[in-house]
Amino acid sequence: MSDSLLKVENLCAGIEEKEILKGVSIEVNPGEVHVIMGPNGAGKSTLGNLIMGNPNYKVNSGKVFFEGNDITDEPTDKRAKRGIFMSFQNPLEIAGLTLSDFVRTATEAVGEKKVKFFDFKKELAKEMEVLNMDGEYAKRDLNVGFSGGEKKKAEILQLLMLSPKLAILDETDSGLDIDAVRTVSAGVEEYRKNTNGALIIITHNMNILSSLKVDKVHVLMDGKIVKSGDETLLAAINESGYGIFEKEER
Amino acid sequence: MSDNEKTVVEDIDRTLYDFRYEESEEDFYKVSEGLTKDIVLTLSQEKNDPDWMREFRLKALDIYNNKKMTDWGASIEGLDMDNIVTYVKPKTQMSADWKDVPKDIKDTFEKLGIPQAERDALAGVGAQYDSELVYHNVKDEVAAQGVVYSDIETALRGPYADMIKEHFMKLVPPTDHKFAALHGAVWSGGSFVYVPPGVKVEIPLQSYFRLNAPGAGQFEHTLIIVDKGAYLHFIEGCSAPKYNVANLHAGCVEIFVGEEATVRYSTIENWSKNMYNLNTKRAKVAKNGKIEWVSGSFGSHVSYLYPMSVLDGENARSEFSSVTFAGAGQNLDTGCKVVHNAPNTSSYVNTRSISKADGISTFRSSVVINKNATGSKSATSCESLMLDKESQSDTIPAMDIRTSSADVGHEAKIGRISDEAVFYLQSRGISEEEARAMIVRGFASNVGKELPLEYAIEMNNLISLEMKGSIG
Repeated sequence: MSDSLLKVENLCAGIEEKEILKGVSIEVNPGEVHVIMGPNGAGKSTLGNLIMGNPNYKVNSGKVFFEGNDITDEPTDKRAKRGIFMSFQNPLEIAGLTLSDFVRTATEAVGEKKVKFFDFKKELAKEMEVLNMDGEYAKRDLNVGFSGGEKKKAEILQLLMLSPKLAILDETDSGLDIDAVRTVSAGVEEYRKNTNGALIIITHNMNILSSLKVDKVHVLMDGKIVKSGDETLLAAINESGYGIFEKEER
Repeated sequence: MSDNEKTVVEDIDRTLYDFRYEESEEDFYKVSEGLTKDIVLTLSQEKNDPDWMREFRLKALDIYNNKKMTDWGASIEGLDMDNIVTYVKPKTQMSADWKDVPKDIKDTFEKLGIPQAERDALAGVGAQYDSELVYHNVKDEVAAQGVVYSDIETALRGPYADMIKEHFMKLVPPTDHKFAALHGAVWSGGSFVYVPPGVKVEIPLQSYFRLNAPGAGQFEHTLIIVDKGAYLHFIEGCSAPKYNVANLHAGCVEIFVGEEATVRYSTIENWSKNMYNLNTKRAKVAKNGKIEWVSGSFGSHVSYLYPMSVLDGENARSEFSSVTFAGAGQNLDTGCKVVHNAPNTSSYVNTRSISKADGISTFRSSVVINKNATGSKSATSCESLMLDKESQSDTIPAMDIRTSSADVGHEAKIGRISDEAVFYLQSRGISEEEARAMIVRGFASNVGKELPLEYAIEMNNLISLEMKGSIG
């Protein structure tokens, strides 16, 4: 085992009987930025969910390692404590639980220690400002009645508060207007600046990538990574679409 | 991912909440027949009732003996009515010393975060010590404002005797149902509160200081009279386990809300699991007055609980927020009734029912809008959450609308905890058990956010305890 942060080894997995990932391998080193692209239904979100340990998905074969530890069978909360984070494509609404209480509970759970209420409030207000979030949102029920943009900002707020070693951004930029994408990007930059954490960015959109130095790009099609390369791949995809990889897939 | 693949809900150990007593036969009366005139007369004599009260009890006994047993709703077959006399006679004193309180109960108090003085009181220990002291302090403070707060027995012999006679069981007459009649015959203990016109009582009055006298918790009577323009928040019970030697609770609460007055009545009930909780609560609200019910039902084997608001004056209002949590072996039939009896009255009902294991949680409501209640409004929203496949939840709303100028709405939702929501919270480092508890606490926040902070915390801790062991 090398010094890699995350290592996914020949992962075959899916939902119930349906196999979605058909042997995916990927290795992310500390501080690296990886981008996963591919057409709808290729299995991009499935990969993110499996790294996070969503119990609705079933691993048929293959392994997931984090900092050299086999976490393939580990529950999601343990993975979060190890320093894995995922920004959800569709963040869930939890009535009766305020954003502030949630983030505080999460901060304490991940850090495995109590945080002082005053320090927490100060920190939260600071990060909300980075994200142009109205402080009132902290008192509102988690994601309930939030616009699409506010939900994504709340995800990035959690990213900033939890400072994970690896963050998976699952379509964080989809459905956002240009200003919101800019704000979210600023938040991601802040995360990189604060912790130099690694990123796996699942996206259709190049906008969120413009301010980041990308280390690796993976093209995922029909459950397999058909091409990996440096950021020059992005330009190729931008120009010609995924069609150019179909040949390689066969 | 076998660790978190499947969740199985198990029976939770509710005995955690139950005081356990080693009982010996000599500890209590053994009378095989039902409730007799002699027993009621003895009780009346012991309590030194005024003549009218003795007559009242006997009349109620008559009604009780002639009333049919309740035969709708949750089964109360386990109630041994032939042995009713054992319910009336307290068979044993509550423990007199904190060190005699069983360890599991102490632990529960610890987990619920209940302060020491309160623990002593709840355990029946401090009834003569700390809690009396606290109670007297509260009493002095409110007495300075002209507020009367005492047990009914004392008040019956004091300057408010006529006021009690005028109001006692006028809102809930013994003819109402069999257990109201039983209550009328054998009531004992409880609270009397009178708030004079214009007085706003800033601190909530809390009844558990009164309820811990031995045997006082079974048929206690609460009579609250709040005069014109006054305000009162009354809190009944608390989230700690309440143990009663007998397994029937048939209390009665009557609240008279004066013109422009507001009364908030908060309850967290957590009876031990052998309890049949057949409680009757009713409020009458005068012009521009308001009653606010905040209610949490957790314990008991069977509950029938439907606080009723009679909106008797123009613009009278009623708000009702409740949470019911039925775990294994529990059948909690709860809800509310509202009668709109004057123009432009309004009612708002917001309830949450949670059921777990084979627990049954039924929401039952009745909204009546009489012909004269023109321009009245009523909105009901009830939501149910079933925590597993074995749990059961029912919603039985009834409406009787007799004017075309009323605005009436009803909304019902039944759901389960979504796996995705649990995964979401877990992805932030929160354990599966805590994630589920957080979702349930959030679901119950309609009541949580209405309670004073220390009670809200206790209720949340109680939910967490109920959720313990719900994951296999």
